[in-house]
Amino acid sequence: MIENKSQKRKNAWIAFLCVLAFLALIFCLDQWIKPTDKLGMLLIVLQKGSVYALAAVSMNLLNGYTGLFSLGHAGFMLLGAYTYAIFTIPDKSRDAVYQYFDAAIRFSIPEKLSQHMGGFGTALGVFIALVLAGLVAALMAWLIGLPVLRLKSDYLAIATLGFAEIIRAVFQWSKLGPITNGSNLLKNFARASKFKLEIAGTKLSLSTFVPVLIATVSITLIVLIVNSTYGRAFKAIRDDEVAAEAMGINLAKHKMIAFVTSSFFAGVAGATLAMVLSIAQANNFKSAMTYEILLMVVLGGIGSITGSVIGSLLFVAASEWWLRGLDSGKFLGIEAPNIFRNGFRLVVFSVIIMIVVLFFREGIMGEKELPDLFRKKKKDPAKEAQS
Amino acid sequence: MDVLKTTLPYIISGISVGGQYALIAIGYTMVYGILRLINFAHGDVFMVAGLMMVYLSASLPLYLSIPLMILLTVLLGFTIERVAYKPLRSAPRMSVMISAIGVSYLLQNLALYITGGLNKNYPQIPWISDRISLFGMETSRVTVITPFLTIVLVFALVMLINHTKIGMAMRAVSRDFETSQLMGIQINRVISATFIIGTFLAAVGSILFFTNYPGVVPTSGAMPGLKAFVAAVFGGIGSIPGAVIGAFIIGIAESVIKGLDTILIVNGVISEQIGLATFSDAFTFVLLIIILVFKPTGLFGEKSTDKV
Repeated sequence: MIENKSQKRKNAWIAFLCVLAFLALIFCLDQWIKPTDKLGMLLIVLQKGSVYALAAVSMNLLNGYTGLFSLGHAGFMLLGAYTYAIFTIPDKSRDAVYQYFDAAIRFSIPEKLSQHMGGFGTALGVFIALVLAGLVAALMAWLIGLPVLRLKSDYLAIATLGFAEIIRAVFQWSKLGPITNGSNLLKNFARASKFKLEIAGTKLSLSTFVPVLIATVSITLIVLIVNSTYGRAFKAIRDDEVAAEAMGINLAKHKMIAFVTSSFFAGVAGATLAMVLSIAQANNFKSAMTYEILLMVVLGGIGSITGSVIGSLLFVAASEWWLRGLDSGKFLGIEAPNIFRNGFRLVVFSVIIMIVVLFFREGIMGEKELPDLFRKKKKDPAKEAQS
Repeated sequence: MDVLKTTLPYIISGISVGGQYALIAIGYTMVYGILRLINFAHGDVFMVAGLMMVYLSASLPLYLSIPLMILLTVLLGFTIERVAYKPLRSAPRMSVMISAIGVSYLLQNLALYITGGLNKNYPQIPWISDRISLFGMETSRVTVITPFLTIVLVFALVMLINHTKIGMAMRAVSRDFETSQLMGIQINRVISATFIIGTFLAAVGSILFFTNYPGVVPTSGAMPGLKAFVAAVFGGIGSIPGAVIGAFIIGIAESVIKGLDTILIVNGVISEQIGLATFSDAFTFVLLIIILVFKPTGLFGEKSTDKV
């Protein structure tokens, strides 16, 4: 598919405008819908959905595009969540959070910056903490990658899973309590529900807008990577390692780049998750979380970024919102409190997932992206970045 | 002498835990040997076996509920293979692995729904859960029985594999899937037999394992499952003696680390608790990574080469 340069530029502009329009819509939704409304669930789904979308896309970069089957995602998200939380707890709530320990790190980036720059400083501080979260995860990924990336398929999966468990154990170790608060949870840090924009006295809520913005920007970056020469090298490695090496692709280097990049964004996703949930606790980042993210990727289609986004939004919407009735006795007007009791939602949900895994192996999108769908109908491709 | 005296109880309970892991690990290693599949659902089958025992023993006497539980677990293992893995036989390996993760997710959620997420007390089994004293320490009889029972079962299994027709078929299939098919071996029967043996041993393992623990929760199977898998990799996946030795090493290491604080305090190395027990699970994975880096095929694994 050869497109000329002006066509490409036009597509990029269309994509950019679509993303802007989408973000504007989210911003408006944030103002219109109150969390207590009936549609309040929509906001929660958007918040959590965007976090999981980012996590799923970053996992897809590794599992779908590079063909490295890694199951260490929860570990990197944990690193991100903790890094973000530790560096944004305000000084005056430190002692309340670290009840049983003497906090070692007494440095809140947003607070320090807001003393000098006001509201903008807080935003900048949150941004720096997010990037730091990603960098810590990426650094750890680099260290882990040195020994682990030499392994093949199943062995790689089980080794990364093992590292995620080790990271979780280290963070719960009481000797590290002054930094990680042991096995207790971290709270009171900069969280999404507190993000407000104040213009001329009116307060505008940003609690949904910020997570969606972070996810959108990060996913756009991943799309750019996938479409670059690096992305093409990743796909070559996935399709045939030996052939890729013969074509002059440095396997070790490219695998490492994919692993570190994926972990960076997993770290950012972890930080955003902490931001949305307003708590961070090592015990939540079990291998079950990695499995859930993997199932979202499968649902959307391995090797499709749009698919991962749709998959995770559907996953979150179904489990948090649409299938809620299955847990509380009433679903689609049928009342059966004996069958529709706690946990039934997850059973139905896992059956649906098994059906997808067994009979619709392509997932929702297969390897197609959103623009491919438009391309079929008409010649003019509207390339939209995924959001 | 002091070192030995404080460490011995942990080593003994470690051998017992190792025996339980060995019984689960055989299921992993046999399935991997034949299908090249990490059966992520195996640990959850183990948990379901525990739950079935809880429910069955509530209404049936033990001499009926134990055989019935084993039978139902074997049936479950057989069904999982037929429904979730057989349709994907020609699919890429990643798809089968994802299907296994899906089954694991389903079993855990089903258990969550049925138990309501509550801890279910495991029934007291007379004789094997009796308390006895051994080298001056108090333990239950199951601790002593486990290693012996494990060795007997493994011996029987090795006999089965080396001296029967189905055993020969299993060895052939694990050596070369396609060629053995051409030689007239009925692949599906061999695979089903593998799953039946694997789940049978997991069911026996669940009786031994849960007797020593207060109860069964939906996530009870995840950690023992992962550890047993690590044991299988450690010993060289596909090799049954390897899996058993790996399981004993991991069981002992885990148990000793759980008591490492106490051991070090008694011997005067450290003066206060430093919470090393947190790492009892993680150390398993440290062992895994060490073995994968230095000898990726495990202790007894066969070397495989990639052909272009």
